Amino acid sequence: MRLLDKLRMWGHTLFGRRTADAELNQELRFHLDEQIAENRAAGMNEREARQAALRLFGNPTVIREHARETWSWQWLESLARDTRQGIRRLTRAPSFALTAIVVLALGIGANIALFTVVNAVLLKPLPVAHPDRLVRVYEARSNEFQDNVVAGGCFARWQAEARSFVQMGIMQETAYNLASTAAQMPEVVHAEAASWNTLPMLGVHSAIGRLFTADDDRPAANATVILSWGLWKRRYGGDPSLLGRTILVDAKPYTVVGVLPAWFHYPDARMQLWTPLYHERPHEIMQVYASHNFDVVGELRPGVSIAQATADLNTIQRQIRLQNPDGPVNDAVNLRPILDGQVRDVKAGLYALFAATGCLLLIACLNIANLLVARAASRGRETAIRAALGGSRVQLIRAQIIESLILSAAGGTLGMVLAYGAVQWLVHVRADLPRVDTIHIDGAVALFTAGCVALCGLMAGVLPALASNDRELVRALQESSRSAGAGRSRARMRRLLLTTEVGLTVVLLVAAGLLLKSYNAMRASSLGCATRGVLTMSLSQPRGMKTPEQLVAFYDDLFQRIRQIPGVRAAAGTTLLPGQGRNEDDTFTIREHPPLPKGQLLDAATIFIDPGYFQAMQIPLVAGRTFYSNDRLKRADKVIISQELAREYFKGEGPLGKHIVASIFSPEPATFEIIGVVADTRELPAADPRPAFYFPLLAGSQSSITLTVRTIVDPAAMAEPIKQVIASIDSNLPVADVMTMDEIVGHAAMETSFEATLLAVFSALSLLLASVGLFGVLSFLVTQRTTEIGVRIALGARRGEVLRMVLLDGLRPAIVGLVLGLVIAAGVTRFMQSLLVNTRPLDLRVYAVVGAVLLAVAAVACVIPAWTASRLDPMQALRTE
Amino acid sequence: MGKPSDLVQGTLDLLILKTISLEPKHGWAIAKRIQQISGEVLQVQQGSLYPALHRLEQQGWIRAKWAETDTGRNAKFYSLTAAGRTQLVTEQENWSRLSGAINLVVQES
Repeated sequence: MRLLDKLRMWGHTLFGRRTADAELNQELRFHLDEQIAENRAAGMNEREARQAALRLFGNPTVIREHARETWSWQWLESLARDTRQGIRRLTRAPSFALTAIVVLALGIGANIALFTVVNAVLLKPLPVAHPDRLVRVYEARSNEFQDNVVAGGCFARWQAEARSFVQMGIMQETAYNLASTAAQMPEVVHAEAASWNTLPMLGVHSAIGRLFTADDDRPAANATVILSWGLWKRRYGGDPSLLGRTILVDAKPYTVVGVLPAWFHYPDARMQLWTPLYHERPHEIMQVYASHNFDVVGELRPGVSIAQATADLNTIQRQIRLQNPDGPVNDAVNLRPILDGQVRDVKAGLYALFAATGCLLLIACLNIANLLVARAASRGRETAIRAALGGSRVQLIRAQIIESLILSAAGGTLGMVLAYGAVQWLVHVRADLPRVDTIHIDGAVALFTAGCVALCGLMAGVLPALASNDRELVRALQESSRSAGAGRSRARMRRLLLTTEVGLTVVLLVAAGLLLKSYNAMRASSLGCATRGVLTMSLSQPRGMKTPEQLVAFYDDLFQRIRQIPGVRAAAGTTLLPGQGRNEDDTFTIREHPPLPKGQLLDAATIFIDPGYFQAMQIPLVAGRTFYSNDRLKRADKVIISQELAREYFKGEGPLGKHIVASIFSPEPATFEIIGVVADTRELPAADPRPAFYFPLLAGSQSSITLTVRTIVDPAAMAEPIKQVIASIDSNLPVADVMTMDEIVGHAAMETSFEATLLAVFSALSLLLASVGLFGVLSFLVTQRTTEIGVRIALGARRGEVLRMVLLDGLRPAIVGLVLGLVIAAGVTRFMQSLLVNTRPLDLRVYAVVGAVLLAVAAVACVIPAWTASRLDPMQALRTE
Repeated sequence: MGKPSDLVQGTLDLLILKTISLEPKHGWAIAKRIQQISGEVLQVQQGSLYPALHRLEQQGWIRAKWAETDTGRNAKFYSLTAAGRTQLVTEQENWSRLSGAINLVVQES
C-alpha cells in the first residue's frame, strides 16, 4: 500500500511537475487567504490584514523551495540546471573542452577496444551447455610437465574407471581432403575426429539431420561425416538434399548425416568437418598408453570439484604407470576449465595490454584533472563570489564534477566510435586469436563504457575539488590582484598529479621497451637455415590412398619437375620446417649404450626429409653424410641426428655408426644407423635448439609434406608456376599455406610484435600526455610567479639563475616520478616474464634508455616556460598588478 | 540559510499525524488545531509545516485530496494512510518513552 502511495507521488511530482507546482502555489495561497480572513475578523482593514498575514507567513519563495525539496525529483532538476550551466561553461572554452574530450576519447576508446577483446576471448563462457562443468583433461608427469595430449589407452581406462564424470569425450584435430567436383576445386579442410558423445556433451544439436550415434563410432561402421554450417553453405550451397548422400573425403565415400548450427564453433571457427573418431583411427592406437594423440573433454558430475576429479583420475593414471613402467607413459593428469584450456596461450599478453590501456586511461584522467585544476585557479574569483553569495561547498563541487562528467561522457561517446574501428582492426590483424569470431561490441561492453565514463568524470572532478578549500576561497577574495604567493595548495596538487603521471608513463615505457627488445631478439635470432628467397607450401594426400611405392614415385617426380622450373635453385620436401614448432616426437634408445634405468626416456623431435633437404635449406652437415637416393622404402634404415642430440646423448663419443632404436615406421622398434650429424635449427625463433632426428621421407610413410623451394628471384612470384606443375601431376591435390620462410618467421614473432607495437603506441601517447602536463603546470607556475620573478630580476638576479630555478621546479616532479616509476616497473614487469624471449624483466639497458628518454622529453617540456621566465621584463612583470 | 525550526522535526511529524488522525484537514486547519489544543503554546511556522506535509506525503504516510471547505473554497485536505496509522502508533510510543524519561530526569533533581 505504502509503496503504491509512494510510486503515485513519484509519478505525480515527476510527470506532473507543472500541476504539482500550481497546486503548491494554490495551497500556500489558501493558507495566506485564511490568515487574512482571520485578521479581518479581528478587526483589521484590508491592507493591514494582508501585511500582517504576509509578515507571519514569511518568505513564500523560500517556503515553496523547501516544500519542493522534499519531492523526490528535486535532484533531477538541479542536475539538469548544473548540466546546462556546465555545457555553457565548456562551450565558452572550446579549445580546453576539445583537448579534454580528445584525450579522454583516446583513453576510453583504447580501454573499450581491449575490454571487448578480453571479454569475448577470456571472460565470456563458451557457447556450450554447463560450461562450468566441462573440463579439458591432460596427461602430466609429476614435476616435469603438464598439459600433454592424451593416449587412447589412458582415455579408455579413465572412461571405464573414473567416477567423477558424467561422461568424457575424446577428439583429435585433423585435416581432410575434399575431392574436386565439377564445380569445386579440391580443398583441405580442418576437422575434428571425435567420439560420438562429444558433440552432445558440448550442448549442440544438429541444425538439420542428426549427430553421430554410438553405432557410427565403431571401426566397422559405415563412414559418416557431419558438416559445419559454413562449409555446407559455402561448398554445397546449403542444399538440404545433401543429407544421406555421400561425398568424397580423403578419396573415400562418406555419408553426410547432419549439419551443425551456425553458432557452433568449437574449438574454433576453422573446424569444418566432424567425423567419428573410433571409426577413423585404428583400434590399436585407441588402446596404447604410450602414444599421445588426443584432446579429452569431460563433463563433471554436479557438485564434483576440479580438484576431486583430478585426484580421481590421478589414482587411475598412477596405476597405469605402475603397470607400464617402460615407455613414455605418464603418471599424472591435469585438469583445466574448458575455456582456460583454449585461451591460456594468449591470456598473459591480453591482460598485459589491458593493464597498459588502464594505465593510459589513468594518465588521461590525471591530465584532465590537471587541466581542471588550472581552470579552477583561473576561476578562483568567480568561485569565491559564488561561495560568498551562499553557494554551498557541496553545490560548487557538484558543479565541478558535473562539468568533468560532461567531458568524460563526450569523450566516452567519441571513444566508442574509436573503439569500434580499433576492434575491427584488432580482429583483422589478430585473426589467430582463439574465439576471434565472438569479438564484437555488446551489452557488457556498453556497461563497461558507462563505468569508464563515470570513473573518469568522478576522478577528474573530485581531484581539483580537493585542491580548493574554504579558507582559500576567502583568501581569493582578499588577495585581489596580489598574486605573489597564491595558489600554493593548487600548485602542490598539480605537482602530485604530475608525479603520478610521470611514474605511470615510466612503467608503460619500460614494459614497451622490454617487449620491443624481446621482439628484436626474436627477429634477429637465426632459425639455423636459409630464410631469404625460400618459398614453402603444404601438400597433403588423402591418407592411405597411395601405397608407399606410389608416394615415393610421386615425390621423385614432383621434386624433379620443380627443380627444372627456371628460377628454382633447389627444391626439397620435409614434414616440418624450422620455425613451425614441433608436431611429432618419439622416444628412443641407443643400442650401444647400457639400458636406461626404469622409467627414464630419451626423446627427440621426429622429422622426415628427402635427400636434397639440407642442401636446399642450407643447413650445414657437421659430420657424415646425408641420405642417398636409394635409402628408401624397405632400405630406409638410416638416421641423421642434430648437433644438440649428439651433444646431449653422445657426450664425448662419435655418434656416427652408432644405432638408434625407435618405433618410427612400425609399432615395433627398429634399428637405424646414424650416418650424419647436422647443425641445429630452431623450432621457434629465439627458442633453444632441442634434439631432433631426421628419417628418410622416401620411406613412403608420410602423405603430408611441406615443399620448400629456394629461388633465384622473388619467391612469391614462383608460387604460380610451381602450383601449375603440381596440378599437372595430380589435379586433385590441393596446395595450402603458401608462405615464404620470412613470413613463417614473422608469423611466429607476430604475437610479440603485436603486443610490442601496441604497447609502444600506448606509452608514446602517455609520454605525450605527461609532457603536455609538465609544460602546462610549469607555464601555470611561471604565470603565477610573474611578479615574484620580476622582483627577483629587478633586485639583480641573473637570468641564468632564474632559468635554473624554474627548470628545477619543473624537473623535480619529473625526476621523483621517474624514480618511482622505475621502482614500480621493476616490481611489476616480473609478471611479463612469460611474454619475453631472451630478455630479462630487469634489463638495465631498457631502464636506462627509458630514464634518458623521459628526462629529455621533460627537459624540453620545461625549457620553454623557464626560458620565458628568464626573459621577463621586470618593469612589465611588476606592472601586471 | 537554515530552515525555521521551532519544533524538533520528529515532533512536528507526530503532531501532524495525530491532528489528522480523526478527520482529514487542510494545512491551515492543522496549524490552527495544534495551536488551539496546546493552549497557544505551540506555534507551527508555515515554513516548517508545508515542507513537513510534503515530506510525509512523499513517504506515503499521509495522502492529499482536493476538496471544498465549509466556506466553499478549494483546499488540499490531508488524511492518514494505513502506513501512516502504524507510524503514528510508533511515534506516540517513542514520544511517551522519551518524555517519560525526560520527566524522570527532571523530577529527580
